[in-house]
Amino acid sequence: MPETSEHTGAPEDGRAAVEQPTLSREEVAHLADLARIDLSDAELDHLAPQLSVILDSIASIQGVAGDDVPPTSHALPLTNVFRDDVVRPGLTAEEALSGAPEVEQQRFKVPRILGDEQ
Amino acid sequence: MTGEGATRPAPSVRATAADLSAALERGETTSVAITRAHLDRIAEVDGAVHAFLQVDTEGALRDAAASDERRAAGSSYGPLDGIPIAVKDVLATRGLPTTCGSRILEGWVPPYDATVVARLRAAGLPILGKTNMDEFAMGSSTEHSAFGPTHNPWDLDRIPGGSGGGSAAAVAAYEAPFAIGTDTGGSIRQPGAVTGTVGVKPTYGGVSRYGLIALANSLDQAGPVTRTVLDAALLHEVIGGHDPLDSTSIDRPLPALLDATRQGADGDLTGVRIGVVRELGGEGYQAGVLARFEDSVELMTKAGAEVVEVSCPHFVHALATYYLILPAEASSNLARFDAMRYGLRVTPAGDPSAEDVMRATREAGFGDEVKRRIILGTYALSSGYYDAYYGQAQKVRTLVARDFEAAFERADVLVSPTAPTTAFKIGEKVDDPLAMYLNDLATIPANLSGVPGISIPSGLADEDGLPAGVQILAPAMADDRVYRVGAALEALLAQEWGGSLLDQAPPLGEGAGLRPSGDQGAGA
Repeated sequence: MPETSEHTGAPEDGRAAVEQPTLSREEVAHLADLARIDLSDAELDHLAPQLSVILDSIASIQGVAGDDVPPTSHALPLTNVFRDDVVRPGLTAEEALSGAPEVEQQRFKVPRILGDEQ
Repeated sequence: MTGEGATRPAPSVRATAADLSAALERGETTSVAITRAHLDRIAEVDGAVHAFLQVDTEGALRDAAASDERRAAGSSYGPLDGIPIAVKDVLATRGLPTTCGSRILEGWVPPYDATVVARLRAAGLPILGKTNMDEFAMGSSTEHSAFGPTHNPWDLDRIPGGSGGGSAAAVAAYEAPFAIGTDTGGSIRQPGAVTGTVGVKPTYGGVSRYGLIALANSLDQAGPVTRTVLDAALLHEVIGGHDPLDSTSIDRPLPALLDATRQGADGDLTGVRIGVVRELGGEGYQAGVLARFEDSVELMTKAGAEVVEVSCPHFVHALATYYLILPAEASSNLARFDAMRYGLRVTPAGDPSAEDVMRATREAGFGDEVKRRIILGTYALSSGYYDAYYGQAQKVRTLVARDFEAAFERADVLVSPTAPTTAFKIGEKVDDPLAMYLNDLATIPANLSGVPGISIPSGLADEDGLPAGVQILAPAMADDRVYRVGAALEALLAQEWGGSLLDQAPPLGEGAGLRPSGDQGAGA
């Protein structure tokens, strides 16, 4: 979850979110930016009010469970799953690259990864 | 490819998989004839139904011919060898395009098979094609597919449910004997209810998720979409069981599903404790749906079941819990669509960086509902809101699981209507996300807790004459109970109706009169 640690400018105290479960157009633009999605002005106009309505509805969950309730991240009681470290067949380089938008020298070719100021 | 198959009478596409299997066993037909009959049916009706995104005529007939050769040589792979199947387009199929109903994967051809698909092939089932779905399985109507909606065979102006509307419609329209679906919040069961078909969500971990393109990895589960409980059990036994390629796969044998189905088929429910969940009914549920549910409960009571009312007080929070957990997981899972290794790449003008390309590609490649959920998930996981939303949802998930535990102390299975309403009109709720989310009110608790469930047709609602479904839930790894009770109720209802509910569907017109409108029955 690469986006979890990025700060949205929200108050550190989660309870503050209880009182204002709305998302402004600017907040939606910021969240889309964190999620690496360009949104047009028209999309922001369309999506921001819808997201506020959804958020308002799901905000009802706050206060339902007390501090003593443990969280569940998964339906199964999972423990680590290991296998023997043995070589087994996998995709060939050709197969792995078969869906790539661009390939060079048996590698995925990507656009430049550094910004102007870096 | 013609040869022997063509010389025998073509089998009816209305035959169940179990019947087709018996006919193959008796040498009355061939896999090529069966497969060709379904491909013909697809050619005839899918222009109007649009259940399929991709039909693999050549591959299906090739695999059917191979099946016939095996059978002739006495080396059949098993009871379903040669019975064709449709697969939801969220499962990777080697050599066959897999899109998840999204532009971002348009044209992608997987270099590997999902385990479910590999098991279908190993059991000899020819794959007819890939079925339509809401984009990345986000929806309850199949209207969020980037490639256009699927139409309900009962009324082509209405939705077939979602996200697996394509699989359910294909089976209801006799384009396939059965199909594979996936269920994250009800995407197998709710389409089953609104199309008059059977759908099973197995216990989480009971069917491998390897090659199932993840929407919400702690909730997703693949399962059977069929016209009968017996066909579901036959298919479940083929696709289920431990898979070392999925670390969340349960390393225990499947319960005896076929035995349970056969036990239930006599309609006797003596000694079975059935819990009616008080919170899954009443307000928000259509009167005709509730009436058919009550009929089903009465039939089960007459068949010897002990019916008790149970309360699951936290189920009222299940929908909100789900719409925090699902977007959180989806925002993370869908980060893989970054335009670098596969799928769409949109390159903006100038000298764009990788990040610019990612942003432009995700803008162009994802539809509205996907964007809404990714943004919502990003919000729920973000610093400062995490505890109030995602953290709180995880705690309520525990409370929902405790409700199930308490209820299953008093009842062997729990029952409720599968979906709160019958099929609504295409376009009616497509721009009202909250109204759309309510369709999964009754199915979501099972996903949050990983328990298995089945939906079987309960009858037609009085006010609109459209199918409704009843849902049967059991504790994790007790999938056999949903099959036993499902088979019993199916048998009891069939006695009432003098056949299956689908027999009452208006015929999809033959050829000329066939178009997406309300009068599809004309001329047939």
